[in-house]
Amino acid sequence: MHPVLVTVLQRLALGLATLVAVSIIIFISIEMLPGDFGQIILGQAATKATVAAFRAELGLDMPAYLRYFDWIAGVLQGDLGTSFSGRAASGQDRSREVAELIGPRLQNTLFLAGITALISVPLALILGISTALYRNTIYDRSINAATLTTISFPEFFVAYILILFLSSLNQWLPSLANVDASTPLGERLTRIALPALTLTLVIIAHMMRMTRAAIINLLASPYIQMARLSGASRTEVIVKHALPNAWAPIATVIAFNLAYLVVGVVVVEVVFVYPGIGQLMVDAVTTRDIPVVQGCALIFAVTYILLNLTADIIGIITNPRLLHPK
Amino acid sequence: MSEDIQTYSATAESGNVYERRSRWAKIKLAARKSPYTARFGITVILIYVLVALLAPLLAPYGEAQVFPAPYEPWSSTHFFGTDQIGRDIFSRMIYGARNTVGIAVATTLLSFLIGGSLGLAAAIDRRWIDQIFSRSVDVLMAIPSLIFALVLLSIFGSTVLNLIIIIAVLDATRVFRLTRSVAVNVVVMDYVEAAKLRGEGLGWVMRREILPNILPPLIAEFGLRFCFVFLTIAALSFLGVGIQPPTADWGSMVRENANLLQFAQYDLRAGLTPLLPAAAIALLTVAVNFVVDWFLHKTSGLRDEQ
Repeated sequence: MHPVLVTVLQRLALGLATLVAVSIIIFISIEMLPGDFGQIILGQAATKATVAAFRAELGLDMPAYLRYFDWIAGVLQGDLGTSFSGRAASGQDRSREVAELIGPRLQNTLFLAGITALISVPLALILGISTALYRNTIYDRSINAATLTTISFPEFFVAYILILFLSSLNQWLPSLANVDASTPLGERLTRIALPALTLTLVIIAHMMRMTRAAIINLLASPYIQMARLSGASRTEVIVKHALPNAWAPIATVIAFNLAYLVVGVVVVEVVFVYPGIGQLMVDAVTTRDIPVVQGCALIFAVTYILLNLTADIIGIITNPRLLHPK
Repeated sequence: MSEDIQTYSATAESGNVYERRSRWAKIKLAARKSPYTARFGITVILIYVLVALLAPLLAPYGEAQVFPAPYEPWSSTHFFGTDQIGRDIFSRMIYGARNTVGIAVATTLLSFLIGGSLGLAAAIDRRWIDQIFSRSVDVLMAIPSLIFALVLLSIFGSTVLNLIIIIAVLDATRVFRLTRSVAVNVVVMDYVEAAKLRGEGLGWVMRREILPNILPPLIAEFGLRFCFVFLTIAALSFLGVGIQPPTADWGSMVRENANLLQFAQYDLRAGLTPLLPAAAIALLTVAVNFVVDWFLHKTSGLRDEQ
């Protein structure tokens, strides 16, 4: 078999193993709940019979490993369990399926993350390449200083500064990103302009700096000097000679940052009251609605692991030297 | 140089020439050569520490003292106005330095204690200890730590102690990786071997032989991890699942006063109020980053180009 294929398959297997381990950790979380949990959820007025029925529904009368397989089989079929909220002491059950809660919100989050990626990735590449081209000029230094500052700011600080200038002092953009399924696309884009801008500012810094570093690193190598001596222009050297070799580290950084987007999205969604999965998760944590927390955490973890795996594999494919670790 | 020397003391002469610089003199010398960014960073950090230590003396009012008028504008009695239930924001900012920074420091210390000692143990005993810890760290690091923290907080509940332990354990994974990777190179040195043959225990070898030699990267990492922990705790408190009211904390203060932003066009100072605690967080992060940068530059042994 081709050595690249072998390594890729190894990484995939490793990723799968990690996923299983992560799912076990997330599952175990429900095991650590205090014993009288049914009483807490259903309220003081709940009768013994209601609590017992609730415990039976959670499967607390079965051994843990059986419940794990039960749960994971459900997850694989898209069934994430039933939310704890909407249950009453009387035993009346108005709770909703977790998958039903998550579904539309996941679409919203993916939409926001997708738009952010569409803006930030090309912008980061252009900034990275141009700062490498004009390095140590005023342009390079100011971009560097600006990106360094946005890295050390918490997301909500960036978000509120943007709201202050773009939404409060000048009413250019809406500060609330409350969209629903019926919002038309144009309206939807204006509403998510500020959250997307915040996320872009937060993740663009790393991508741009790594692109710049990768290219400058390559510019020191002998073949670049050769190209220069042969009379190639600055732009030609960077675009034709340096960039093709820089793709591997750049692709890795982009994938890592998109993975980071998964986390950044939680805070930004809460700031702008965007109905995404991050906000759902935070609400569920506050009300201790464990099945919803588990569902959201699983989705976040899977996305994160898949993106990191992709970065790994791109790195291996574009840089065959990684196949032979020293 | 006179010819008629009556007495001669070698110690006096060599003692004069080779006076060893005291620790204080070394610090003064380093401070004089430091760049402006590092000086700025150190000044900011010192101010934060002073404010945190002297909070009860500096704050005009109590941490949770409620006044009858909520959302009062900036005035001489209430420096930055009052918040949604009428607490003095200036006082809460000062107490926030103590709570937010204090909790972040405690968390970082705990995470270094856990991650550092496990990392050293794994580097010394490369057999099963290393395997067990490294594989579990791989799994823990596969989940974004904010998400993991949210899951754990929903189970154990948001108390300060839970917050410190959960973040410290999650963050210890990074410390573990770094400690292990630096220590692995030191463990194979002859002097470590000699100490082991001398019959020293694991604790001695860790503390006296390896730790001093891996300290510089760990100190730099301490600064960076502190920033990360500080921002994570601020984010969690901002989300309402971190430090709980009535404890004054910068993250939750931002969230509580966020509504004031809409009034920025009528009164700019009201609009700035929710940004103050956020700016306090950002300023400390920037300051620590500056100092870490300088420290890394100094310990890396690189000479300045100019």
